[in-house]
Amino acid sequence: MPVFSPTEIAKEKVGAVQDYSLLAGQSLTNIFQQPRYFADTLLQADSVGVGSLPIVILTGFFTGAVLALQTSSTLQQFGSLSLTGKLVSLSMVRELGPVLTGLMVAGRNATGMASELGSMKVSEQIDAMRAMGVDPTKKLVTPRVVASVVMMFFLSIISDLVGLCGGFVISYFLLGLDPNQYWTTAYQALRFGDVFMGLGKPVMFGFIIASIGCYYGMSAKGGTQGVGHATKQSMVAASVLLIVSDFFITRLLMGFFQY
Amino acid sequence: MSSLAPQVEQPESRISRPEEPVITFENVEIAFDHPVLASISFQLPRGETKILMGTAGTGKTLILKLALGLLKPDAGRITVLGEEVTQVREQDRFELRRNIGMVFQESALFDSLTVEENVAYRLIEETGRITDEIHARVLEALRFVELEHTVDLFPAELSGGMRRRVAIARAIITHPEILLYDSPTGGLDPVTSNTIIELVVKQRDVYQTSSLLVTNRLQDAFTMASHYFDREQNKMVPAGDGNVRDLHTKFLLLRDGKFIFEGTAAELLRSTDPYIREYLS
Repeated sequence: MPVFSPTEIAKEKVGAVQDYSLLAGQSLTNIFQQPRYFADTLLQADSVGVGSLPIVILTGFFTGAVLALQTSSTLQQFGSLSLTGKLVSLSMVRELGPVLTGLMVAGRNATGMASELGSMKVSEQIDAMRAMGVDPTKKLVTPRVVASVVMMFFLSIISDLVGLCGGFVISYFLLGLDPNQYWTTAYQALRFGDVFMGLGKPVMFGFIIASIGCYYGMSAKGGTQGVGHATKQSMVAASVLLIVSDFFITRLLMGFFQY
Repeated sequence: MSSLAPQVEQPESRISRPEEPVITFENVEIAFDHPVLASISFQLPRGETKILMGTAGTGKTLILKLALGLLKPDAGRITVLGEEVTQVREQDRFELRRNIGMVFQESALFDSLTVEENVAYRLIEETGRITDEIHARVLEALRFVELEHTVDLFPAELSGGMRRRVAIARAIITHPEILLYDSPTGGLDPVTSNTIIELVVKQRDVYQTSSLLVTNRLQDAFTMASHYFDREQNKMVPAGDGNVRDLHTKFLLLRDGKFIFEGTAAELLRSTDPYIREYLS
């Protein structure tokens, strides 16, 4: 049985973090350098944005609905059922909208990117690209990162809105709340800090999803098994990093907006 | 072979002095889990073809990747077209690589692009789309490899031999100064292999492109060293026993990370080294 040296394992992990940081940094600096691949960015935006729309709408709607349903009994005990709109609104905009959208997009797109780039890597297509004088980080990584960041921003807005609609359906049809009351409390509950938090997080999540997906794809090795491993790893890493970063971003913004 | 004689066009050189070698390796070393290349040195003069041979895992493909700057050596200097690739940044290597064509072992065609888009890849990078001029150049390159009819097909619709030929068309479309072939006939039947070798010989003799060719097939290597492309007959013909014609083709044999032989086919055949005798048998 092979003996693994802790030093070697630590070196490997530090090396991986370094490679990821370099790739992520390069994907951003490429935005300011020629050539820029607008057509590829639009293609990716269509794949990430339009392609993820059905799952984002479904999860957003039912999250809002279940939120209204779960909290209604507790609110009723305190005679505050009228605050359902406020609760759904704050939960969706500040937390659940961005996080659940991020997880859905990670599941669909980080894995897609890792498997697509991983297949290109193991079949030497990425080497062929480099051999022809084309920078793969400019051609493949930056368009995916830019598209994911922009699309996550809009997908989160859609998710928030659809979640509020889900909450409204439950409040109106099952709880018998007045529609005007629901929407007014939902709207009035939101402060600038809430909206900023709700729109800032998806931008960060979009970057994490695409950069992780591309990193695992670009570093895939070992044939089809390696591509499968990279795909699986990208999903795990993107989801974990997304939730961990959510905590720190929330803490930072809560301090900033003095919650 | 093709019924249309190719137009002779010499690539514009990046280096001013023609006598300067296009590729120079000086004491190049690289190791992964164990040393693979141990202090190897060689030169590829302009217009010459060097055939890299050796058993599997001796680092033949590695030499091509090092020359292209896809990998960085642990020690030593590599100069390509007058530029020291071991010193320049990755960003600056992209410009240099535009003057080098590479045919990968498994073709490495982009499977989501058509044959035309694959062959025109470098040119599309410059213009952003397929213009009439690019289309004409694609057809010219595909005509060279006799695959004009595959222009709208996807790589998955082609046979292994056809994919290699498309890869050659992709490598030569910009008339590079150097061509690197990584086992272009590996895994192909003898007839298709011969077609590929004829294309390599045609490129060598018609365009006088400097090239490095990795192969494990002795038959292909000796065919290259003993045949030339006759433009009159438009096919590859034997150079004859006298071998008066200089075919600008030499052999390099790798063993345990070092070159154990460098010379012509005749010198290789005359070698008394026991390992070389066994390798050739």
